[in-house]
Amino acid sequence: MALTDNHKNAVTLQVAGLKKYFPVHRGFFQRVAARVKAVDGVDFEIGPGKSLGLVGESGCGKSTVGRLILKLLEPDGGKIFYKGRDISHLSPREMRPLRQEIQIVFQDPYGSLNPRMTIGQSIDEGLRCVGLSKEGRKSRREELLEMVGIWPGAADRYPHEFSGGQRQRVGVARSLSVNPSLIICDEPISALDVSIQAQIINLLNDLQSRLDLSYLFISHDLNVVSYISDRVAVMYLGHIMEYADTESLFEKPLHPYTLALLSSVPKIDDTGTRGAHTPLKGDVPSPLDPPPGCKFQGRCPRVEERCRKEEIQFSRFDGDHWVRCWKASP
Amino acid sequence: MAETLTKNHEILEGPQAPRQSRFVQQFRLFKENRLAVVGLVIFLAFFITAVAGVVLTSGQDPVFNPSLVRLQEKLQPPLSLPNLETLKAHEVPTLGIYLLGTDDLGRDVFARMLQGAWVSLTVGFVAVGIAVIVGIFLGGLAGYYGQEGICYDQILDFLLLLSGIIFFILKWHKLGFGLFTAGIFMMILSFRARRVKQNRFMPGWLHKSAFSFDTLIMRMVDIMLCFPSFFLILTVVALLPASIYNIMIVIGLTSWMGTTRFVRAEFLSLREQDFVSAAKALGLGNFRIIFRHMMPNAVAPVLVSATIGIATAILTEAGLSFLGFGVPPPYATWGNILSDGKRFIFDAPWLTFVPGIAILIVVLCFNLFGEGLKDALNPKLRQE
Amino acid sequence: MAFQKPLLRTEDLKVYFYGRDKISRAVDGVSYHIHAGETVCLVGESGCGKTVSALAALGLIPSPPGKIVGGRILFKGTDILSLDEDAMQKIRGNQISMVFQEPLTSLNPVFTIGDQIGEAIRTHETISQDALDKRCVQLLRDMGIPSPEQRLHDYPHQLSGGQRQRVMIAMALACNPDLMIADEPTTALDVTVQAQILNLLKSVQEKASMAVLYITHDLGVVSGIADRVYVMYAGLIVEEGNTRQVFGNAVHPYTMGLLASLPDRKKRGKRLHNIPGTVPNPAYKPDGCPFHPRCSHAVESCKTVEPEMIPLEEGHRCRCPVLAKKP
Repeated sequence: MALTDNHKNAVTLQVAGLKKYFPVHRGFFQRVAARVKAVDGVDFEIGPGKSLGLVGESGCGKSTVGRLILKLLEPDGGKIFYKGRDISHLSPREMRPLRQEIQIVFQDPYGSLNPRMTIGQSIDEGLRCVGLSKEGRKSRREELLEMVGIWPGAADRYPHEFSGGQRQRVGVARSLSVNPSLIICDEPISALDVSIQAQIINLLNDLQSRLDLSYLFISHDLNVVSYISDRVAVMYLGHIMEYADTESLFEKPLHPYTLALLSSVPKIDDTGTRGAHTPLKGDVPSPLDPPPGCKFQGRCPRVEERCRKEEIQFSRFDGDHWVRCWKASP
Repeated sequence: MAETLTKNHEILEGPQAPRQSRFVQQFRLFKENRLAVVGLVIFLAFFITAVAGVVLTSGQDPVFNPSLVRLQEKLQPPLSLPNLETLKAHEVPTLGIYLLGTDDLGRDVFARMLQGAWVSLTVGFVAVGIAVIVGIFLGGLAGYYGQEGICYDQILDFLLLLSGIIFFILKWHKLGFGLFTAGIFMMILSFRARRVKQNRFMPGWLHKSAFSFDTLIMRMVDIMLCFPSFFLILTVVALLPASIYNIMIVIGLTSWMGTTRFVRAEFLSLREQDFVSAAKALGLGNFRIIFRHMMPNAVAPVLVSATIGIATAILTEAGLSFLGFGVPPPYATWGNILSDGKRFIFDAPWLTFVPGIAILIVVLCFNLFGEGLKDALNPKLRQE
Repeated sequence: MAFQKPLLRTEDLKVYFYGRDKISRAVDGVSYHIHAGETVCLVGESGCGKTVSALAALGLIPSPPGKIVGGRILFKGTDILSLDEDAMQKIRGNQISMVFQEPLTSLNPVFTIGDQIGEAIRTHETISQDALDKRCVQLLRDMGIPSPEQRLHDYPHQLSGGQRQRVMIAMALACNPDLMIADEPTTALDVTVQAQILNLLKSVQEKASMAVLYITHDLGVVSGIADRVYVMYAGLIVEEGNTRQVFGNAVHPYTMGLLASLPDRKKRGKRLHNIPGTVPNPAYKPDGCPFHPRCSHAVESCKTVEPEMIPLEEGHRCRCPVLAKKP
């Protein structure tokens, strides 16, 4: 996606051709025996105050994308622009001041808080990075806890005393402690109970409009993504298969994989009748040994000879609807 | 927005369950393990004895003199009374009785055991302290920075420097000096080559990673584990001058492998935990992440293995002293009391039984205490 | 159907777990029934007692700490709580079988899948090795596993998650049970694979005319497969009825709240309905109606009086005296 510099500065995050190949080690000296193409050329952008949903099944590389943007992993190719600045190859020292701009909310509320620290101390770690004094930290900590709906008096309690939803709120408060403008939500609700999920979604939505945050919302749950995001990218085996505005993607999906995903989602149907759908055949292939050509060819109902031979390009359809399928037609 | 704020105020949440401190829960779990409590009590008693021992048996005129020879009173059984007629005033044992008998030179076994307790304690703690420090350092490095590669040029530098030093020690001064300077020259070269990105100083393959740091440390551990450590200690002790400090250091430097493996495994799993990722994303430095976030979570299993390690170190020291490679006489240790006593095992069995049983009890109590600690620190058991 | 004797019926089942200094009332008076050939769903959040109330029917409550302190479980008219372990063994796997959530840990990694399916059959009947192999291959083929002859000699780790779950279902079906208990069988799977497994379950159930007790937290799955639904909260059934009644005409505030809180594209821009508070810890359950602290319809009596099930229509009952009265 060729973009002008002007446009680059207007978006919060732009990712172009992002790649991450994980080495597989074997032998006495642990030589690199193979490479797993976890992320294999991913492009998207997120505007200020907007949400992008990144959807895919397990092992498609969606969480790796989140970690690459956070620079918890070094990309093997491609560029990441944050507010127009290329951050893909900054050293840890150069990255320091930018760290606080991008934060993350994790899936597992049990592993995301340090069990040996009170929740107040966990939040303080962030406030310390911003350089607040001791008194400043205390008042800001109380403000943050209140913002996410936790009683500030509980700051000296340990994480194991809280329920999953409450811990997730604390996790949100910690990521807000450094005043970020982009938050990567890595399946933030999929480990929570159904009645708690809506609380966290509402909290994230409120915070977004209040603090003008941008979200990269990583999830496997299409219902949640369709509710929360402005644009959606569908990932499969390290590739983005389809990328469009939420309305456009859910109204007229162009890629057969998106279509299959949408029809696989169980829907609440109060009439008691069941919509018959033909499920996709087969399983997701191992990323260690992906099929040649289009990554989806092994399971695609519309597969043809060309799909097996050549790598399919990401191409644009009407408006801003991108799809990686040569047979797609609007 | 004000509306949602007030809404939030209404549902501010705190924990449901009553407050439970981690320490109280741990202590309760520990208390449930009767044997562990017995272990702890004996350990404390041993600790007090050892401290008292060093106070009471040292100095110019000790309360209990462990090295006072009374040849006329040799091989007295425990609880026998001294013959006051043949002894000078200062030779009479302080308690007025030979509590644990006397040895072949008429020395008071009780005083000698007191002195030996301190040796066992310090050997145990210092040796394990060294092992734990080395283990945490290497294990932490391997676990946290393990994926950093070591390049061919770095290996080359190191080999040059090392061979230089070896030749120098072997008195081949010219060759050693030459190799050493070549090594330093290479180091400067590779350092510069790394600074400027397009290097003209060296061929590219030298900058390829040969193996990772983790591989290096873990192979070192494997090699160390290949040696039967007791014989390794014996060899080293035979080469070094006999002293209690050498023993401690040698035992410490040959028992760090277990801790290294432990700490590495803990760090590898902690590194993947979300709270460590979160700390990195907040922009915390590596130092703070390692010591404030990872170490407190890794320390519990290390503590457990250290407790059991102390028992092993005490046994090793006793074994060395028994073989005559340990702490040199006249300083008494439980091992050399045992060793001296073995010649009189039929005439004076207390000389072997007293130190033997003492070693047995102390080692057992450390192991029991370690087991109890393991249960108490296990978060899975604590939850329910 | 309504006058027929149910295949499985529990009456006022109570299962408590005894901790060090607290008692978790995991299941606190649950009555449900399943007719032959029916699909019944137990829906609820984690810790609501849905799994425990199903495991009780297999006699698989870990004891200690768990203990069945009250109620009856009738399977084909006999109270299985009074049976001894040998008699229970005959029912387990043969007449009632189970499919677990995590297919990787519920298969033994050191045996081939052929061994494991074969063992399930051999436990309950005497059969020659040849016939056994044929039957295993046929089972795997019915489960839609490609080239079943080869797969028979594979170990669990060589199969994908979806295939492992198919093997688990094959094992559960091995002895043609009358009832299969499926505990969140698709929760660990991807949506596209989940759809495959749900279709498979539906087709084998029709073929074998077997009853299925399906335990899940996913309301979407429930509405897709269930004939009747029990909604559980904090160890109690709060609403029961057929799928149309529960999803189209929910009465209990918890059921209504759950349905309203599901995110959907049509609700974009609107705030989601949100049930405040947290799921109660089974050891610290509130008095009265367990849902009252989170309920917007709660009245004073909800705090003290434990509500009874109130019949609404044919087969539709709900545990809320406040809303059930309204026409």
